[in-house]
Amino acid sequence: MAYTFDFASVLEYSDALLAGTVKTLALTAVGTVFGLGIGILGAVSRAWKLSPFDRIFAVYVELIRNTPFLVQLFFIFFGLPALGLQLNEWQAAILAMVINLGAYSTEIIRSGIEATPRGQIEAAESLAMTRSQVFRHVVLPPALLKVWPSICSQVVIVMLGSSVCSQIAAEELTFAANFIQSRNFRAFETYFVVTAMYFLLAIAVRQAMVQAGQRLIARRKK
Amino acid sequence: MNDISTWDIVRNLLDGALWTIGLSLTAFVLGGIAGLALLFARIAKNPIPRRLAQGYIEVFQGTPLLMQLFMIFFGSSLLGLEISPWIAAALGLTLFTSAYLGEIWRGCVESVPKGQWEASASLALTHFEQMRHVILPQALRIAIAPTVGFSVQVVKGTAVTSIIGFVELTKTGSMLANATFQPFMVFGCVALGYFALCYPLSAYSRYLERNIHGSRAH
Amino acid sequence: MALVRINGLHKHFGSNHVLKGIDLDIEEGQVIALIGRSGSGKSTLLRTINGLETFEQGEIEVDGEHLHPRDTDLRALRQKVGMIFQQFNLFPHLSVGRNVMLATQVVKKIGEKEAEDIARTMLLKVGLLEKFDAYPDQLSGGQQQRVAIARALAMQPRVLLCDEITSALDPELVNEVLAVVKTLAAEGMTLIMVTHEMRFAREVGDKLVFMHHGRIHESGDPQQLFANPQTPELANFIGSIN
Ligand SMILES: Nc1ncnc2c1ncn2[C@@H]1O[C@H](COP(=O)(O)OP(=O)(O)O)[C@@H](O)[C@H]1O
Ligand SMILES: [Mg+2]
Repeated sequence: MAYTFDFASVLEYSDALLAGTVKTLALTAVGTVFGLGIGILGAVSRAWKLSPFDRIFAVYVELIRNTPFLVQLFFIFFGLPALGLQLNEWQAAILAMVINLGAYSTEIIRSGIEATPRGQIEAAESLAMTRSQVFRHVVLPPALLKVWPSICSQVVIVMLGSSVCSQIAAEELTFAANFIQSRNFRAFETYFVVTAMYFLLAIAVRQAMVQAGQRLIARRKK
Repeated sequence: MNDISTWDIVRNLLDGALWTIGLSLTAFVLGGIAGLALLFARIAKNPIPRRLAQGYIEVFQGTPLLMQLFMIFFGSSLLGLEISPWIAAALGLTLFTSAYLGEIWRGCVESVPKGQWEASASLALTHFEQMRHVILPQALRIAIAPTVGFSVQVVKGTAVTSIIGFVELTKTGSMLANATFQPFMVFGCVALGYFALCYPLSAYSRYLERNIHGSRAH
Repeated sequence: MALVRINGLHKHFGSNHVLKGIDLDIEEGQVIALIGRSGSGKSTLLRTINGLETFEQGEIEVDGEHLHPRDTDLRALRQKVGMIFQQFNLFPHLSVGRNVMLATQVVKKIGEKEAEDIARTMLLKVGLLEKFDAYPDQLSGGQQQRVAIARALAMQPRVLLCDEITSALDPELVNEVLAVVKTLAAEGMTLIMVTHEMRFAREVGDKLVFMHHGRIHESGDPQQLFANPQTPELANFIGSIN
């Protein structure tokens, strides 16, 4: 018996697909902004050995990088209420994304900071800049610039990883796929379309990140 | 309902962890073999295998692992194959692993200095002999640390297979959390289990990386 | 009164006694040529004057700002002391103009417009005004070093420390940098230059200081010392250079 593909039955749900896409992108955007914020703080603490924060960040980074995102998500969503911290599915998903990207970007940015030539810092110091001025104007921008490709890749990885947020009923793109295939009974077509959408999203997110990097860090255009 | 003891929980989780380890090893070994094939396709002189391998890698690195698993699961049933979650998980994770390893290893091969190719070519070695005797041995040394590092991603990736119903550590944890109403403790233990598997690999990878750089400096 | 006064300066790196009691007074407008073998402590002396290295004993005073052992607040001193490095150390992510403007804006809190005016003036002085919008990696080594000089000058330092500023340059680029330094000297800038350019030291220097094993072994008028070194070490050194 020959199977006939029916992609039209997927596209009937374009509203759900669009809504899921928007949520996935929003999750990624919030995760990226706050995750990079944490990453910068963590990287400074680690690179400049700011006790006790360097230790705290070291433990945090190892814990997050050596456990699966899905388990972190379950722990936050199902486990934390036992400590009185009841989060809804979006809060849990966002928190998990931020924590995850925060840990990876701490390591990535730290490697950039540590690669700063000593002479750069000395030149800035000899111009009478304070430690924090040196960091903000001389150390951080080139460090971010140098590791920006890694950050872009990591953001894409985190965006793709967010697909498991469907498991706590956060209604992002994968959740939409699960919903659609439960209605149209066309699982393969549905997941095929959504997989393709993720593929395009990955390309788009990477492009957007590359652009953002050039805008925010490399002030090459005047 | 609540007569599941802590010992029961731990014993069940350990059982689940064994499946996690089994799946990780399977995916890593098979993915390594497939990754090697991808590597050769990727650095072939003929552009057709090169493009194909590149496309394969981009697809598997550009889509969620969960979607890959769904596609395998539902795609095979379209073909009339009823595959078990274990087979789907092993197959999915193998393909995923091969794409990443193929790409990591290509990077290692390309980081061997150009002069090595030129020097070995000037000694009249064939392309294959150059690879076999000059390039690969050097690339291998560079590749060990990132390969061990990536094994952490494989172990963590196995958690996603719980979603298609493969009963490993995470799935066991979910079932126990439902049965015991102690999600904090159970998922805490699950996380610790993964940490116990992954941290040594991460630490070893870092150690290897330092050692390579150390030995280069002298 | 001397602009820069160094008294009984001692500096160790671990057990390595690098500066063994340096005494040196430098008058306003003087050009000091600091010479000596590699490892004799020339760089360390300059870096100490600018607070890039701490010291254990002695005192440094620049234009009324005192620097004591293990001082940590160096900002007041550093505003009076500019430094040029062998490796230029321009900030790679900033345009030439921004390199020169940065410290005037964040340290001296000068507004954008005025900072830009200062930067243009300084770049004009080193002959690179047209590179205002270029980036460091688009410049030759000699041009980068001239930008570094402009960057230091923009802070209006009382004294400029130059540590082998032509050593990283291709030979044909050395003169454009030395020409700039010569102009500064002629305008009355106080300069302490570590240099291997003996001809330059003789022509432009007001005073030659020869360091040997962490001490000022000999110092005086460059013309006379070159013609008539008083110690065998200096004679040896001059002989080995030529
Ligand atoms: N950061 C440092 N740590 C340890 N020792 C140093 C450091 N910088 C310089 N030294 C030592 O101090 C001595 C003087 O070095 P330096 O001032 O650079 O000499 P010069 O500039 O005359 O060549 C040398 O023995 C050198 O090895
Ligand atoms: Mg030196």
